[in-house]
Amino acid sequence: MRVKQENIRNFSIIAHIDHGKSTLADRLIEMTGMLTSREMQEQVLDKMDLERERGITIKLKAVRLVYKAKDGEEYVFNLIDTPGHVDFNYEVSRSLAACEGAVLVVDATQGVEAQTLANVYLAIDQDLEILPVINKIDLPSARPEEIIDEIEDIIGIESRDAPLISAKDGLNVEQVLEAIVAKVPAPLGDPKAPLKALIFDSYYDSYKGVTCYIRVFEGQVKAGMIVKMMATEKSFEVTEVGVNTSKHIPMDSLSAGEVGYLTASIKNVKEARVGDTITDPKNPTPEPLPGYKKVIPMVYCGIYPAEGEDFNTVRDALEKLQVNDAALVFEPETSVALGFGFRCGFLGLLHMEIVQERLEREFDLNIITTAPSVIYRITKTSGEVIEIQNPSNLPAPSEISYMEEPVVSASIMTPTEYVGPIMELCQNKRGAFKNMEYLEETRVVLHYDLPLNEVIYDFFDALKSKTRGYASLDYELKGYQQSELVKMDILINAELVDAFSLIVHEDKAYERGRSIAERLVDVIPRHQFAVPIQATIGTKVIARETIRALRKDVLAKCYGGDISRKRKLLEKQKEGKKRMRQIGSVEVPQEAFLTVLKYDEKK
Amino acid sequence: MKQIGLYIHIPFCEKKCYYCDFTSVPGNMELIRKYEKYLIKEIVIQAEKFGKYDIGTIFIGGGTPSVLEQTSIGNILGIIRERFKIVPDAEISMEINPGTLTYEKAVSYKNAGINRVSMGIQSMNDNNLRIIGRIHSKDQVVSTVDILRNAGFENINGDLIFGLPHQSVDDFHKTLDKVKELNLEHISMYGLILEENTLLYHWYKKGLVSMPSEDEERHMYHSGIRMLEQNGYRQYEISNLAKKGFECRHNLGYWKLNPYIGVGLSSHSSIDNRRYWNTSVFNEYFSMIDENILPISGEETISKDLMESEYLILRIRLNEGISFVDYETRFNRSFMQKYERVVNKHIETGLLMISEDRISLTDKGKDLSNLVEVDFLP
Repeated sequence: MRVKQENIRNFSIIAHIDHGKSTLADRLIEMTGMLTSREMQEQVLDKMDLERERGITIKLKAVRLVYKAKDGEEYVFNLIDTPGHVDFNYEVSRSLAACEGAVLVVDATQGVEAQTLANVYLAIDQDLEILPVINKIDLPSARPEEIIDEIEDIIGIESRDAPLISAKDGLNVEQVLEAIVAKVPAPLGDPKAPLKALIFDSYYDSYKGVTCYIRVFEGQVKAGMIVKMMATEKSFEVTEVGVNTSKHIPMDSLSAGEVGYLTASIKNVKEARVGDTITDPKNPTPEPLPGYKKVIPMVYCGIYPAEGEDFNTVRDALEKLQVNDAALVFEPETSVALGFGFRCGFLGLLHMEIVQERLEREFDLNIITTAPSVIYRITKTSGEVIEIQNPSNLPAPSEISYMEEPVVSASIMTPTEYVGPIMELCQNKRGAFKNMEYLEETRVVLHYDLPLNEVIYDFFDALKSKTRGYASLDYELKGYQQSELVKMDILINAELVDAFSLIVHEDKAYERGRSIAERLVDVIPRHQFAVPIQATIGTKVIARETIRALRKDVLAKCYGGDISRKRKLLEKQKEGKKRMRQIGSVEVPQEAFLTVLKYDEKK
Repeated sequence: MKQIGLYIHIPFCEKKCYYCDFTSVPGNMELIRKYEKYLIKEIVIQAEKFGKYDIGTIFIGGGTPSVLEQTSIGNILGIIRERFKIVPDAEISMEINPGTLTYEKAVSYKNAGINRVSMGIQSMNDNNLRIIGRIHSKDQVVSTVDILRNAGFENINGDLIFGLPHQSVDDFHKTLDKVKELNLEHISMYGLILEENTLLYHWYKKGLVSMPSEDEERHMYHSGIRMLEQNGYRQYEISNLAKKGFECRHNLGYWKLNPYIGVGLSSHSSIDNRRYWNTSVFNEYFSMIDENILPISGEETISKDLMESEYLILRIRLNEGISFVDYETRFNRSFMQKYERVVNKHIETGLLMISEDRISLTDKGKDLSNLVEVDFLP
């Protein structure tokens, strides 16, 4: 049965983390049917069993719900999920582009937070109808009236009629369903026009290849048809289209206004990029949908196989991750200290951590990560402009006319009591204060321009620690600014260790150099000789520490029973040595490379 | 027939010293009597298996063996003599604590067959002794040596510990001056190790006691060895010195990987290519012996490679070091061929020295012997 276009509602739920987005989604799914009454009888169970047998797990990026409204009509709701982190802003914007409306969930005790704002602005950019919902009104500390005022004041959207709900208990959730029917506009678009569909997510599995989640804006797409991705200009034959309920349900076709999935034996997510427009090459739509961006990494770091780990294994794992992650880039590089490894690019810090963690957990790899870096723009004295992200590639100072670094505009939302410490922190991180807005008497949002290289160093940890977790941060790339940057090197026993080299602001170099040297003294074991640790800029030493020579490493007694114990102690010592990196005549433990990145509580 | 060593563990002390993490408890007389009874039963069970071996050395250690009743040592040695063959010139040692020994007790030990006594002196400074929880004084050391000499003991060892809390280099030198006057046949000199499960470690972590610096501690060691060597002692192992002919044969047995069996709670055995150890729980010990089985709680197989590294690790701690000839006869290959790289590395950094027939630790090597020993692991 084809659903009438005017009975379709495409929407997302947007919220700050922990404000109840997924609880509300669960409740909506529970309180609606997954299928129309007719589809219920026709459920294609064999298909599901097959998938279950193969152990395929379908990532539900969009789920189709059927709601019988109070007006007696059946409506099809397409609930489209959005990733909730600043690193994935582009993906969020594409998911929102597939919708006509957004349910904005605000915690009745916490109010508007940094991510709430960021997501609301993205939704407003997409011209979405925004339905505010106040959640957690069952909590004793709920202040729905104040929160409604806050939403109206800060975001400027009418919220008097916002449903006051408890997603946890299901209280008033029906009001949300009715509001979606009443307020979210039905999709428009001509089913007879040339095909125009948006890819808002894609993922890879080894059975079907890439599955694209699409929103059809105009025309129709069906299995057997040849389609073309307008940005990558690649064409594929569609093998299946369908909708998502709790599983994939194949359909004859998807028409203008509908949301569903499409498979076409695509081998890599790079060929079905999020934001791309699908059309019919024989009868193409004149213009692709706006907003497509090729995602560009913002943060880079080196990933190296740890001692005993194989370079090729790491490469295979990165390749496998890349099939499913169009934003991950990597290329081989060589470090004097760490040997052969990879330079990897990420959307942001969280993305970087996710990839590192997946390499360690899913692939069981032992890796060493170098300090994250950003892309610096260098104008040489010759007039040539180059971009570098690996400090080792920085040209000699004499060849550099000036350098620029990326700057983000950051919004930090915080209870007023932490304004002082946050301002101090931002100051310390070379932030430029823009303004401060009062959200209410006890909460403000601080706007700063911050150099990205300070944000990726330890800003999150410092912010968390200084505000006991109460402040939230959101940022977006603003542009580049000229800056007095220098390359700082670390010398261990007079040998330069490239994996520790950093590009830092001139004014921060001394402090960073000293802090790194101090930490290395703590983590590098003592040797038979004294080991000097130096931080240098060019030939100038800016910090120096010494690891004292080891004077004693001997077991006094060694008798009958002790020999087993003694041997085990030595075995442990040897095992520890194995995990060391030999740098000149100094053995450096792998955690040394991590320690350098950690936030220093003492500061 | 090859001779074996026999170790007997007496896990009781009047009071636990603050640095000690060995198996010992302050025992009541009832438990001590029961333990002695089971010890004798265990010796009988051991003899069924190992009675064929000749015993070359016996070492009764602890704990404090002198907490046993006066007749006990005689009983224990009596059953050993009954079930094993002890060679005529066997070295039979026992540990005693200064201040706990009467002339009568000393004579009874002598009559029971003890011919070497090892005494825990630790320090000749009463403040040092108090802070590490020893119950004797320096004067009691002097009087105990008199008692032993009067009872006819001609082979006495004194254990010393250096690097004690608040101990200065000068303090230690004074201890050595007093020890020299005792004119003992053997001196063991250990650097204090703060073991985790000890009171002293706990105090140190809490900042209640301060320890000498590493440099001071090493200075005590090297100057201590020199002082004793100027007074007729010769160092033969990292922590052991003796007058000529008085090296401890029982311990040398361990260090040369000769077979030994251990009797008593938590003692270790190494014999017939097996390494195993007794339970350290009293009730388990008693019930297993009641079942007429050896109270073994763990075992380790020593592969050929492990055996070789243990040989090297123990030998290198001896002043005579590793003899190329001895290695070759044991392992049927050239030592230098296998270890040339390791040896050269440590000669270069000054930890090892080499002569035409052996390698051994330098003075610096004795400070950092673990670095060399690690490289002898398989």
